[in-house]
Amino acid sequence: MTLLEAIDVHVEFTARGRRARAVDGVNLAVGEGEIVALVGESGCGKTTLARTLLGLERPASGAVRYGGAPLTYSTRALKAYRREVQLVPQDPTGSLNPRHTVYEAVAEGPRIHGLPGERERVASALSRAGLRPPERFFPVYPHELSGGQRQRVVIAGALALEPRVLVADEPVASLDASVRGEILALLLRLRAELGLSALVVTHDLGLAWNIADRVAVMYLGRIVESGPVEQVLSAPSHPYTQALLSVLPESPSPIVLGGEPPDPTGIPGGCRFHPRCQVLAGGQAAEAGVDGRCRSQPLDILPAAPGSRVACHFAEAGRAPA
Amino acid sequence: MTQRETQPETQPETQREVRRETPPETRRGRLLELRDVAVTYRSAAGDVPAVRGVSLTLGEGEALGVAGESGSGKSTLAMALLRLLPKTARVTGGILLDGEDVLTMSWGRLRAVRWASASVVFQGAQHALNPVRRVGAQIAEPLLVHGTATPARARTRVAELLEQVGLPAWRERSYPHELSGGQRQRVMIAMALACEPHLIIADEPTTALDVMIQAQVLALIRTLIADRGISLIMISHDLSVLAATCDRLAVMYAGKVVETGPSREVFTAARHPYSRALAEAFPTVGDLASRMAPRGLGGDPPDPMRLPGGCSFRPRCPVALPSCATRDVELWPADRTPDGQIPDGPALDAQAPDGQAPGAPPPDGRIPPEHARPVPRHTAACVHVLPEPAKESA
Ligand SMILES: Nc1ncnc2c1ncn2[C@@H]1O[C@H](COP(=O)(O)OP(=O)(O)OP(=O)(O)O)[C@@H](O)[C@H]1O
Ligand SMILES: Nc1ncnc2c1ncn2[C@@H]1O[C@H](COP(=O)(O)OP(=O)(O)O)[C@@H](O)[C@H]1O
Ligand code: SF4
Ligand code: SF4
Ligand SMILES: [Mg+2]
Ligand SMILES: [Mg+2]
Repeated sequence: MTLLEAIDVHVEFTARGRRARAVDGVNLAVGEGEIVALVGESGCGKTTLARTLLGLERPASGAVRYGGAPLTYSTRALKAYRREVQLVPQDPTGSLNPRHTVYEAVAEGPRIHGLPGERERVASALSRAGLRPPERFFPVYPHELSGGQRQRVVIAGALALEPRVLVADEPVASLDASVRGEILALLLRLRAELGLSALVVTHDLGLAWNIADRVAVMYLGRIVESGPVEQVLSAPSHPYTQALLSVLPESPSPIVLGGEPPDPTGIPGGCRFHPRCQVLAGGQAAEAGVDGRCRSQPLDILPAAPGSRVACHFAEAGRAPA
Repeated sequence: MTQRETQPETQPETQREVRRETPPETRRGRLLELRDVAVTYRSAAGDVPAVRGVSLTLGEGEALGVAGESGSGKSTLAMALLRLLPKTARVTGGILLDGEDVLTMSWGRLRAVRWASASVVFQGAQHALNPVRRVGAQIAEPLLVHGTATPARARTRVAELLEQVGLPAWRERSYPHELSGGQRQRVMIAMALACEPHLIIADEPTTALDVMIQAQVLALIRTLIADRGISLIMISHDLSVLAATCDRLAVMYAGKVVETGPSREVFTAARHPYSRALAEAFPTVGDLASRMAPRGLGGDPPDPMRLPGGCSFRPRCPVALPSCATRDVELWPADRTPDGQIPDGPALDAQAPDGQAPGAPPPDGRIPPEHARPVPRHTAACVHVLPEPAKESA
């Protein structure tokens, strides 16, 4: 069952007098007990979409729904909402107050929400996050912990409110390779033990392969391909997904897209990926007779469907891009 | 092949690039040799032994990757190479750059070396650019300071350098905040190239960059070593990134090299359990064994002030034997054939002074004397590479 949903969400910013369409029409659903990975290059709008799902940004149009009901943006409604849908921020070191002990860091949320049984709550959150015995960590300060342990404290802080959904923005990007697997295993265990859902924002496709059920690939404010991880990552249909997979270190023939992703104040017409698309540049789109459409005909916004979807004229023309 | 910036509408920017598979076989000579280098920081809490005896060599045009988790001493080692450490650090051993010991050089000579022979791209240095100066002026600075270029000549050189790192010349007028993380990292590489060094030391050059920009920066670094014969020491905690860029790898744990050898071999057939954990940390997408099965290493990173006796990795080691708590563990040959012999192969690997193999010869006595065999290509500091530890059951 769908728990958290973005319905045709648009989010805009004004930067230097220009309108930036950071999220430009996105449908995305996170089901109960489901782990969804949102992947894409830097600046493609992942964090903005995640913040909108958390109620931290208001969509210019479209809506966020939780448990079937649209979000209400009153202070009280948002406070109640944040108990259910918790953010795990990217940088554990930056998000912990160096002068607060682990106990205080984890107890902060329950205090704000006036929840009973603070001590037991903190202890249980810490041990669920793998910091055992929890009492040993109560008086410890962040600087006395390793990076992986700090990330566990941050996750414990989210768990102390007994949320149903975690929104994790690059949960392991600032951690060492050796502790990365442990934190990802923790997210899988929380799903198994508590039925927790998660939206994991990342540019790391290996992370999606390691823990996500479904993956949504974002490019310049839109989801361009989505579906079950095995399908999308083993047999990608969108040229952009193919390029992202091709630059993983083990891949034999990397397709390195030049430059940075074009900026959201000037989204190209036609297919928004067309200025960088290797299938269009390589002539395959012309062979399939879709190159005209690539340059001039915008693609439909993908629905939040469970199966595989792709927004590409070439893929739609029925030829799997090379 | 460098990446160019173009207007999105005019020209597709896609480029295919072929990765170098085999390391260059011909080595013109040794550029850098580390002999038992140790670095200890003095701090209020006591001495911190950050690097504890590292011997490595780097050939001309060779790329060496140094891997290890945060705190393992990678940056300390990199800074020691050019004596860039704070005054609280004490360095011992030998650091021979083109045969000259960096540790005993005069300041004048050291300054010349830093300027003409070797450059460092520091960890997180994208943030170290001066925010209120145009990047062109920052790239030109070393050229002007060292008095080798007139302002006009420096301007031409800046344009050349920007082109080499795949940025258009007009970017010279940009301020750092107008550039993305990847572009700032390219500017840092342009600065490192300014004085045409033989050696570049890159400390985590792509950590914190996204995958596509990381691919761009790595392609650039690979091109520079291949086309210009520059030697490279690249530091990262991501073994897969190092394996894709470097000829050889050295894996550090708690201030020591625990495994070294040809990149492919260390990445795909690591002999030390710590290297294995690092290699498995990033899954191969599509490999069903890692689907829904993230792999990590339990336990906490070691505290350099409280290292256990015996093998320092023992508290986290999944295959430790009882004797690991007391036994001295050193870099032993790891590419032994089943009958215990060292296979013939090019002498690519670390070599200690006087032609001795790194570490002590294993105590089993089956290895012929040093002068009678090739230097091992692959070494690991774990008792499991010795022929006899299997008999000792846990
Ligand atoms: N408050 C803001 N004001 C103006 N522009 C913004 C703001 N927040 C984000 N943007 C712009 O919106 C776009 C999407 O940003 P966002 O942070 O969502 O990207 P992201 O996909 O999370 O990238 P990364 O992988 O680097 O974290 C970017 O072009 C960014 O510069
Ligand atoms: N200026 C310093 N003073 C005292 N200790 C330091 C200093 N710099 C680094 N260290 C310590 O030395 C060890 C190695 O650090 P570093 O070389 O930065 O490792 P890495 O680059 O592998 O992460 C760590 O324990 C670190 O805390
Ligand atoms: S629609 Fe055309 S330009 Fe866009 S991704 Fe598909 S092939 Fe490339
Ligand atoms: S020497 Fe022993 S403790 Fe050390 S890595 Fe090898 S098996 Fe593990
Ligand atoms: Mg982000
Ligand atoms: Mg470092």
